[in-house]
Amino acid sequence: MTFSDDFMRGVRTFAPSRRAVLAAGLAAAVAPAVRAKEARTLTVAAFPLVDQIVKDAIPQWQQRHPDVAINVVMRQYDDHHTAMTTALSTAVYLPDVMALEASYVGKFSDGGGLSDLLQPRYDIGRYRDRYVAYAYDQAINHKGQVVAAPTDIGPGTMLYRKDLLDRAGLVESDLQPSWDAYVDAGIKIKKATGANLIGNVKTLKDLMIRGGLHKGQGIYFDADSNVLVNSPRFQRAFELALRVRRNQLEGRLETWSNEWAEAFRRGATATELGGSWMVGQLANWVAPKTAGLWRAAQLPETTWVSYGGTYYAIPRDSDPQKKALAWELIEMMTLDPSRQLAALKTQDAFPALLAAQDAPMLEEPQPFLGGQRARVLWREAARHITATAVHKQAKFAEDAVNAELDSVLDDGKDIRTALADAASLLELRARR
Amino acid sequence: MTMKLPRLSPKWAPYVFISPFLLLFVVFGIFPLCFSLYLAFQSWEPTGGLKAMEYVGLANFTFALKDAWFWKALKNTLWLAIASGVPQHLAALPLAAFIHTSFKRLRDGVIAVYFLPYITSTVAIAIMFNALFSQDYGMINAALAQLFGMEHIDWLHDVAHVKPAIAFIVFWRYVGFNTVLYLAAMQTIPGELYEAATLDGASRWRQFFHITLPGIKPMIFFGVTLSVIGGLQLFEEPFILTGGKGGLQQSAMTSAVYLFREAFDFNDFGGASAMSWLLFVVVALLTWLTNLAFRTRKGKQ
Repeated sequence: MTFSDDFMRGVRTFAPSRRAVLAAGLAAAVAPAVRAKEARTLTVAAFPLVDQIVKDAIPQWQQRHPDVAINVVMRQYDDHHTAMTTALSTAVYLPDVMALEASYVGKFSDGGGLSDLLQPRYDIGRYRDRYVAYAYDQAINHKGQVVAAPTDIGPGTMLYRKDLLDRAGLVESDLQPSWDAYVDAGIKIKKATGANLIGNVKTLKDLMIRGGLHKGQGIYFDADSNVLVNSPRFQRAFELALRVRRNQLEGRLETWSNEWAEAFRRGATATELGGSWMVGQLANWVAPKTAGLWRAAQLPETTWVSYGGTYYAIPRDSDPQKKALAWELIEMMTLDPSRQLAALKTQDAFPALLAAQDAPMLEEPQPFLGGQRARVLWREAARHITATAVHKQAKFAEDAVNAELDSVLDDGKDIRTALADAASLLELRARR
Repeated sequence: MTMKLPRLSPKWAPYVFISPFLLLFVVFGIFPLCFSLYLAFQSWEPTGGLKAMEYVGLANFTFALKDAWFWKALKNTLWLAIASGVPQHLAALPLAAFIHTSFKRLRDGVIAVYFLPYITSTVAIAIMFNALFSQDYGMINAALAQLFGMEHIDWLHDVAHVKPAIAFIVFWRYVGFNTVLYLAAMQTIPGELYEAATLDGASRWRQFFHITLPGIKPMIFFGVTLSVIGGLQLFEEPFILTGGKGGLQQSAMTSAVYLFREAFDFNDFGGASAMSWLLFVVVALLTWLTNLAFRTRKGKQ
């Protein structure tokens, strides 16, 4: 109902007049705020797949709170995060619970727009040991506040086509000892099968630059905003990417493009690096017909990295009367093993909750991976990963580094010059 | 129960009638303008809410002027403005003259066809050209391969080709609009001038250069000014065709795309506002130069 009852009575009594029409406009503008309090609806803003995970939880929620409805507002990934930025900046139309992708937690964490979940009313600190350590640490900002609760994580993994490796006479352990060994194997695969090692070489670079970070260090900046790009870590990633390009081992395909997906369907790409969630993407829409041909393994050079993940946060300025309910929902979504396992089952969202990770479901064979028990690998990886600090300018840094990598690969720019150029772009912004 | 309404004085009527426009203009025109000017002098972490602003003086402007990507984007913008703007007018002028002289009954239909791209949604256009420019399955590559035996070009992801591809789309989109402008202007030129010229034995070419062109000069000035302003603010086509990122190595990142990204992708609203005001200065400067160019020529005649 849009109009309050009093107002409707008013309209019936008075003949529609200019003033009534004006009043109607005002009432329509005021009504949503009034309505929200009366009907007790908890609004959850989410992006695809997370929206489904929350919707699946509604029956369980309704058992506890039959009088509180849950309204899931879904937007596409980029739109969602733009909308959340806008909502936080103006404190208008804030949802009660906000789903955020891991990189955005870092981006938003120091702004002060998200509630500190360490406050006594939430007291997330008492649950610290129940979450995967790095996922919890990742949500701590510079003031020591915890701004979001982790729900799913993306331990880095390597996926490979067993059939193509067989044809090249290779085994899993040939790919793993080092990143160089991985590329060497790629040369053999190409020779034997014609398949590319990887769809887009940027993915290789992205995982390499995430490897070997100290706890609390960022990918592009350290804690004092010093630029880390002009370093051996980036140098090596660029060199190896160039080697992949020179040996024509990459598909030169835009990740997530139709051509990129088609290459998987046709068996033209032999491996893929990414978060464990990539298996779900391949199985559900990218290349479902390649089921059984894939296997998962730990990343080369025992690189423990996190690649994506999802959090729930409570905006600081959302309706104060619903914050307790919002937190209860977050507790249910992140601390109830049955909800975490439901998300794993339906959406391949790897649980951030340790208790869920110990469930028998994690040891079930995965048909897409030829019956491999791959989740055990990801559980192991998750326990080795350490939190990475996300700098305010991380997104720009990623773009700047990608642009320099492109000029190295496409135009033959010298790697040292390229990294120095990226570094000077970042230095200008580091402390903005 | 009835209510007696106070009568509105006729004196106020015009203001009441114009108020919907004024209200919208203030909300969507004046307010953002003032807000961005204010923001240009602030450092703002937007997720911290409106209270998180901090006055930083001219820091945003000095940052923008030192930023290599700001200049890169400005260069891209100028390149695209010229490569899409100049051909627009060079094609629209003879086209308008041709339609003006050669079509009588069919004219409105022909104009409508040329005007259609202008009123089509940019998103629809971008999706269509995305398909046409596709490397493996696109019609443009197929046609080039058929006609000239050319290898397939990755139009939208190749640093060397994405700018020409976008310039072509912008050209295609606005050539009809300019044609309509010029046609309208040509219709105001008295027919007697042409009749007299024909009697004097002037060829069609001479008529075009000595009657049509001088006659529509004010409209050319108008059209070129619109192209300068529109070209420098180019946003939608490159934004959609490059997935909102500006293309590989930012090769199609115009100033407008960059300042959007600076605000919404990189969370720097202060820097983006400063850049938008710097862009405004460039637009104003070039518009003034256009004005100057047209005025001096007028003085010579």
